[in-house]
Amino acid sequence: MTEVDVLVIGGGPAGLAAAIAAHEEGCRSILLLEREPKLGGILRQCIHPGFGMHVFKEELTGPEYAQRFVQSFHALGLTAQCDTMVISLSSEREVVAVSPQHGLQRFCAKAIVLAMGCRERTRGALRVPGWRPSGIYPAGQAQRFVNLEGLMPGRRVVILGSGDIGLIMARRMTLEGAKVLACVEVMPFSSGLTRNVVQCLDDYGIPLLLSHTAVDIHGRERLEGVTIAQVDEQRRPIPGTERRLECDTLLLSVGLMPENEVSRAAGLTLSPTTGGPVVDDTLQTNVPGIFACGNVLHVHDLVDHVTVESTDAGRQAARFARGQGATSRPAGQMLQVRDGAGARGVAPQSVCAARVTESLPLMFRPTGVFRDADVVVRLGDVVVFRKRFRILTPGEMVRVVVPAEKIKQPVAASELTVEVVS
Amino acid sequence: MMQNESDVLVIGAGVVGCAIAREVSRYALRVCVLEQAGDVAEGSTKANSAIVHAGFDAVPGSAKARFNVLGNARFEDWCRELDVPFIRNGSLVAAFDDRDLAALKALRERGERNGVPGLRILAQDEVRALEPNISRTVIAALLAPTGGICCPYGLTFRLAEHAAANGVAFFFERRVVDVARAADGLWQVTTADGGMFRTRAVVNAAGLYADELNNQVSAQKLSITPRRGEYLMLDKQYAGTFRATIFQVPTPLGKGVLVSPTVDGTLIVGPSAENIDDKSDTRTTAEGLQKVIESASRVWEQIPVSGVITTFSGLRAHGDRDDFVVGEVPDAPFFFNAAAMESPGLTAAPAVAVWLAEQIGERLSAEQATHGAVPAYWKAFREMTDEQRVAAIADNPAYGRIVCRCENVTEAEVRAAIRCRVGARTLDGVKRRTRSGMGRCQGGFCTPRIIEIMCDELGWRPEQITKFGGGSNLLVTTPGARPAALGLSPDRRESSVECREVCHD
Repeated sequence: MTEVDVLVIGGGPAGLAAAIAAHEEGCRSILLLEREPKLGGILRQCIHPGFGMHVFKEELTGPEYAQRFVQSFHALGLTAQCDTMVISLSSEREVVAVSPQHGLQRFCAKAIVLAMGCRERTRGALRVPGWRPSGIYPAGQAQRFVNLEGLMPGRRVVILGSGDIGLIMARRMTLEGAKVLACVEVMPFSSGLTRNVVQCLDDYGIPLLLSHTAVDIHGRERLEGVTIAQVDEQRRPIPGTERRLECDTLLLSVGLMPENEVSRAAGLTLSPTTGGPVVDDTLQTNVPGIFACGNVLHVHDLVDHVTVESTDAGRQAARFARGQGATSRPAGQMLQVRDGAGARGVAPQSVCAARVTESLPLMFRPTGVFRDADVVVRLGDVVVFRKRFRILTPGEMVRVVVPAEKIKQPVAASELTVEVVS
Repeated sequence: MMQNESDVLVIGAGVVGCAIAREVSRYALRVCVLEQAGDVAEGSTKANSAIVHAGFDAVPGSAKARFNVLGNARFEDWCRELDVPFIRNGSLVAAFDDRDLAALKALRERGERNGVPGLRILAQDEVRALEPNISRTVIAALLAPTGGICCPYGLTFRLAEHAAANGVAFFFERRVVDVARAADGLWQVTTADGGMFRTRAVVNAAGLYADELNNQVSAQKLSITPRRGEYLMLDKQYAGTFRATIFQVPTPLGKGVLVSPTVDGTLIVGPSAENIDDKSDTRTTAEGLQKVIESASRVWEQIPVSGVITTFSGLRAHGDRDDFVVGEVPDAPFFFNAAAMESPGLTAAPAVAVWLAEQIGERLSAEQATHGAVPAYWKAFREMTDEQRVAAIADNPAYGRIVCRCENVTEAEVRAAIRCRVGARTLDGVKRRTRSGMGRCQGGFCTPRIIEIMCDELGWRPEQITKFGGGSNLLVTTPGARPAALGLSPDRRESSVECREVCHD
């Protein structure tokens, strides 16, 4: 059993930022475990630009963004063990990991930061009927083939779902010589960032078919075509609107799920809305000393936000490890954070107002498209914060930073509610 | 073109064909297996409910009844010997009203006549005590304690492996087009690629296509209708919702929609039952899946549709005689049928195989051979204790590299699945031998890694790797890339079973 103060699971942007922050907070016993042979996480395959605008005020590619953290990590003398997969985690913060180099190892940590990222939703989860040929890939897997392995998944492509990876891959496949026929989205709006719709579809003349879905898959061996149809308000296909697109590749960009394979067994409560653990304002889960950040907590759109969130988690974990963390949390002082009208998956899910020092970031997704709408935060019945947005869409996570004094008002309340008012 | 001579030629490498091949290999006979697909277990074997039926609903006196009960009794020993999972979790048939209750009584009586032990009708409170998550609308249930669950393709892989270790030769991507009696009395079997296989005895275990083979040699015609069943597989997080396999009262089209735990810890829901024309049409349909969900929600009210990780369909070989057609064909000596093996065909496979092998051995006046024990197979990392894991990684570091995150499949297992006697040559072959890609991410992370390992093991280029053979290539050739080299690399050709011929275009 190896003992460490802070153990970080995952060496992507979240884990790297958390480890660096824990070091900056004074912790000198930090170990990061990464299952891939290299640090950097999913950013390694995100070779497009658009990263770092908030954190570095410049536009970087994914690998460039990751490399800045990898360099800081090494410059600080931090330790990472790659090629190492965590296979179990307990509520006593014991971790079992395996690797070819070190075999089966046991670690015990004073604090743990979960930073395992997310995975893609699959065809099975959508229950798209039809044949089950080759040529159907989650968009992120296709991205790995093209960008890391130098392999082409196909030549005539339909994209199902308009998540950011699907949009990015529409452009990527086009640049690699494939013909992208359409991006098909069941909702009446894109689930990706507007800038990606513009830069990856519009700029290449790729149609975005909103309120459409795939209703049949053709091809016994390799994919030969996809039948799409328009859907009504209840997302049911409208008979008579079917048409077949001849393609050899279908890329799915239909949502990401926090990857909490090992979290459940440790007794972590997972939110049915975000798919990630329920956390408080210190990003601590319901299991003392286990913190979560990045896409394992809730799926982000911008890595910059992951960095900010994970820096906080790393700092909190370091404090906890040296005994200065929020160990006792009297129920009376905790505010439950609720999804109000128009808001979904607000995190953190609980807040101790007394210990919020400067400000409280709240993140969520709007339930629909709102124009000229206000994000309103209520303490009990009292509105304590209001911010106007020109447009809010489910594809773009909203992050509002509520000043500490606003939630420390002398109001008898047990709930903090976030809602969208248009 | 290739010519091959054998004593026994088994056509079809599903669970039935592989079980027969394994049993016949106990004799001093030259045995070959021909399979039209690129791997074993590629037909009905890979897509069914994986239930080891107790045997209460087959018509008394039928071959189904006899081989079901015998097969059930043998199943546990077979699975133990072959080291594949088997759980005797018991079956329940749920009743919702008085008419169902009457049907349960008829089933119990029928089961008792078939020799099924321990049948008992449980009252509502007893049912709920056993299955707390069953719908409150279930008023009673028939309990069959001998019902079980297994892994049909896992069983088939090990049967094939054991058969191969005993000298049985497997030929893949060999579709039989003609069976005829030669002038010298031997059977002459021709394959689509022009191959000629001469043999003393033919075993027809061709599943959905068994009627076509039978009808080439016999005046007693047989007709097999593909009966499609669609399924949903639910995430492991629902493991424990049900302990037993929950059936509903059978319909004329079969045993109806069931909800059952699997030996892998997931939950299976299905099948629908629909007679179709095309023997290869394993499509899923929106209507079929919806019907399965609706029917299953009678026993599992809040069936969590969001927990579905995959859907699939399989085809049952439904014969027009409403029973298995097994044994030597009267007007075609030395031609043995194992046909129309629809449910409970999987359960019956061990009993049919043992019985048929005896018939064949006797007819060919064969001596018992020195039959090797089941060859050592790799152990799955996920089934090891931590102590075993420490030892396994120390012995082979590739056991420490997890390739499939959802199912904790290691690089060592993937390599072993390719290197074994009847080794995987497709992504699906690796998947079914190791469970890589069968978890909740459905291959999202592990597919590129598995392609890489397959290329390393087989000396192939990534563009040559297929999902399940034929034209199911996973990748396309990039412009400017050098043309893919075809076939096995020379060293692999030597080290693998010589006659494992899989074409890769």
